[in-house]
Amino acid sequence: MQLIINGKTKEYQEPLTVLHLLQQLDLSPERVVVELNRHILSPDEHNSTELKSDDTIELVQFVGGG
Amino acid sequence: MDQLMIAGRQFNSRLLVGTGKFASNQAMVAAMEHSGSEIVTVALRRVDIDNPEDSLLSHIDSERYLLLPNTSGARDAEEAVRLARLARAAGCEPWIKLEVTPDPYYLLPDPIETLKAAEILVKDGFVVLPYMPADPVLAKHLEEAGTATVMPLGAPIGTNRGVRTRDLIAIIIEQSSIPVIVDAGLGAPSHAAEAMEMGADAVLVNTALADTPNPAAMAQAFRKGVEAGREAYLAGLGTQRQQAEASSPLTGFLRNE
Repeated sequence: MQLIINGKTKEYQEPLTVLHLLQQLDLSPERVVVELNRHILSPDEHNSTELKSDDTIELVQFVGGG
Repeated sequence: MDQLMIAGRQFNSRLLVGTGKFASNQAMVAAMEHSGSEIVTVALRRVDIDNPEDSLLSHIDSERYLLLPNTSGARDAEEAVRLARLARAAGCEPWIKLEVTPDPYYLLPDPIETLKAAEILVKDGFVVLPYMPADPVLAKHLEEAGTATVMPLGAPIGTNRGVRTRDLIAIIIEQSSIPVIVDAGLGAPSHAAEAMEMGADAVLVNTALADTPNPAAMAQAFRKGVEAGREAYLAGLGTQRQQAEASSPLTGFLRNE
């Protein structure tokens, strides 16, 4: 299936949960906020949320800023 | 120094520091430590999924510092609200430094969108610290909307030019019943001291600490500037005069007058 992650189109095998996606991307779930189709997921939803084709995912994290 | 109170929470330091633009995380941590600050700002950005970086948060001791996420990058109220909610979802306390800066050249805050976003975020339970133009009327509107502070700019972000908006900030300080934090443009400890002497409750500094070969030493200098300014304000500055007023006795024995 195709996912749009941070504006980039990527191919993934189904089934895939948000937690598995973060693991595949080598991202720590505690450090990243996930927005799925403009809806913010809480960390306890990572494992229960299955991704489907054409989902749009934003992954954001804290960086330095003033 | 007397304590700073924001939204019912007490702080010993009146210097807030930003974490942007440091040459290394080590330099940033050293600056934070030497500043004595208890509130540090951070920004939210997309993860580069092809090249994920070490998380900033692993360098910041959350026991020691209150993390204050900003909404930098937001060009209107809707984007700012979205960023604020993402920051809260990251597990931060619901404190937000609201920034809405549609103009990329001067990064001046949009007063209308800032007020709009503040109203939404306050209703949504956020403690809102809005970056704002040094406009006393807007400061009153933000206060009425329920923001925890106002943060008028001294000069545009990153310019190191000092308290260029001095007269307007003086009016904001006079009229405000919530803390006034002078943010942006402070480039030297003397600028920070000036804002504090005027009665500002705190200042926020980033570029001046990041943009020096020795951030730790500069952070310490700013800490002293803030403390000196606050103590001078509490002591009460002397009256300015046009004519000299001798501080040594002039009468004496040199000639008969």
